[in-house]
Amino acid sequence: MSTPLTIEEIHKLYAAGEATPSEIVRTTLEKIEADNERLNAYLTISKESASIAAAAMDNEIQSAIQTKPLAGIPVVVKDNMCTAGIRTTCGSRILGNYVPPYTATAVQKLQAAGAILVAKANLDEFAMGSSTENSAFGTVRNPVNTDYVPGGSSGGSAVAVAAGHVPVSLGSDTGGSIRQPASFCGIVGLKPTYGRVSRYGLVAYASSLDQIGPFATSVKDAARMLQVISGHDRHDSTSSNAQVPNFLSALTGNIKGLRVGVPPECFGEGLDAEVRTKVEAAIAKLKERGAEIVEVHLPHTKYVVAVYYLIATAEASSNLARFDGVRYGHRTEDPRSLSDLYRRTRDEGFGAEVKRRIMLGTFALSSGYYDAYYEKAQRVRAMLANDFAEAFKKCDVIATPTAPTPAFKIGEKSDDPLAMYLGDIYTVTMNLAGVPAVSVPCGASSAGLPIGIQLIGNHFDEARLLNAAYAFEQENSI
Amino acid sequence: MPITRTEVEKIAKLANLELTDAEKESFPAQLSAIVEYIDQLSELDTANVAPWQPRSVGNAASSFASRDDVVEASLGQETALAEAPNADEGHFTVPRVIG
Repeated sequence: MSTPLTIEEIHKLYAAGEATPSEIVRTTLEKIEADNERLNAYLTISKESASIAAAAMDNEIQSAIQTKPLAGIPVVVKDNMCTAGIRTTCGSRILGNYVPPYTATAVQKLQAAGAILVAKANLDEFAMGSSTENSAFGTVRNPVNTDYVPGGSSGGSAVAVAAGHVPVSLGSDTGGSIRQPASFCGIVGLKPTYGRVSRYGLVAYASSLDQIGPFATSVKDAARMLQVISGHDRHDSTSSNAQVPNFLSALTGNIKGLRVGVPPECFGEGLDAEVRTKVEAAIAKLKERGAEIVEVHLPHTKYVVAVYYLIATAEASSNLARFDGVRYGHRTEDPRSLSDLYRRTRDEGFGAEVKRRIMLGTFALSSGYYDAYYEKAQRVRAMLANDFAEAFKKCDVIATPTAPTPAFKIGEKSDDPLAMYLGDIYTVTMNLAGVPAVSVPCGASSAGLPIGIQLIGNHFDEARLLNAAYAFEQENSI
Repeated sequence: MPITRTEVEKIAKLANLELTDAEKESFPAQLSAIVEYIDQLSELDTANVAPWQPRSVGNAASSFASRDDVVEASLGQETALAEAPNADEGHFTVPRVIG
């Protein structure tokens, strides 16, 4: 049996009595196991618990699909979200054998909606990276062409969907870690508004930027996932109590009169010619569909990577201080003193990119440099947030490329961290400003590598944002 | 601004990090390149811009919520210690700190 690629298709099989959750989960696990040596997308395959959860649903699936939006749907979750009783590594040696005592709210909500967790996905260590080459458990490969990176840091979650293993998965996005791999793998990836989804149980990288969101093969399924995971959570004081609208019913495909802002600053130097052509063609399709294209400006675009790598690393240096070999995780052998315990544990536990970011963040926060770096970045961050506020006075959504290039080859940028960082230019600003953004496939390069268009919405305006993405998806499939 | 090997070692100490010899070799040049790139922020006049504050994210409807300060059940000692690499008699144990 070939596994269907959307939630709707799986539910149709259940409704017709042509499949049971046990059968769907068994097929999914077979595919995952067959492909994992080639793709390295998974760190833990929860075969036993998934099979038990599926079997428990077999008899009630007919009624469950009426009441639970994800009944019997196999899902994959990035391995930086805590899952009680299931190893959660963050792609790091320091948490290599860590089994959390609780489950992240977003994962709990998926399970309450009937989803079955089949595997934990590989990622850049602590979500730090743009290629999923930084995992302590090896590089993830792009299923479109295994010589290429899948993007990152949620590479494994993107591959799970792009390889056809599961219809939907969860990633986390701190500076583009959902949208860029979605673009590189040819699928839909959504970063919700900061605060839309609880971060409880998401191992913190940069707390003011981190947000959980879905991968899917269609905008509809991304909307279904967002519906399930959204909402205030008493365990996360930064989760918003803003009303959660019905995202699915917002997908009318009608964008007549929708004002789509195009910032020329995101189409300048460094943008690959093929990406430009495809994204411009996609904007033309939005226009054909009835949208009004307007010029808007994001005048500080050239500074966003600098701001991001100061703020994200400063927060990371603080957040990752908790990994000290005392309460959980790896501990060095025979420490001579407490400080020797800390330092050797962290040397053995962290990979080079994590150390680089802790170093950069510690530097930016250190005495003598705080004003010139960290505080300066926070001032420019306020300017970036204001740029969006100004732009959204003139438009409803903003369209840009998701990434300046299609996927690059494995190893191509791994020795040049700055070159890797510069690839994040179109995605980090939305995290700094807290606005939602989605990457939707809009074609492929001449080498056959996927290209994504990024649509950006105003705070808590995911309904309109997703409808714009849905309209494009409809128009593009004609 | 270039970051020297001495500074790299100082920052590593502040961050409670031991570095490998390879990292001590590669980090000065890599971090210098990154900081030099970041230094372009000094072009911007931010004298009249207040630093970004978490509460400025979102709109009025997103105001951060607080809950009543009520004591609730927590993990419990056994669960809290279950993942400790070294625990004894209900405590996390570490090397002797005071002689």
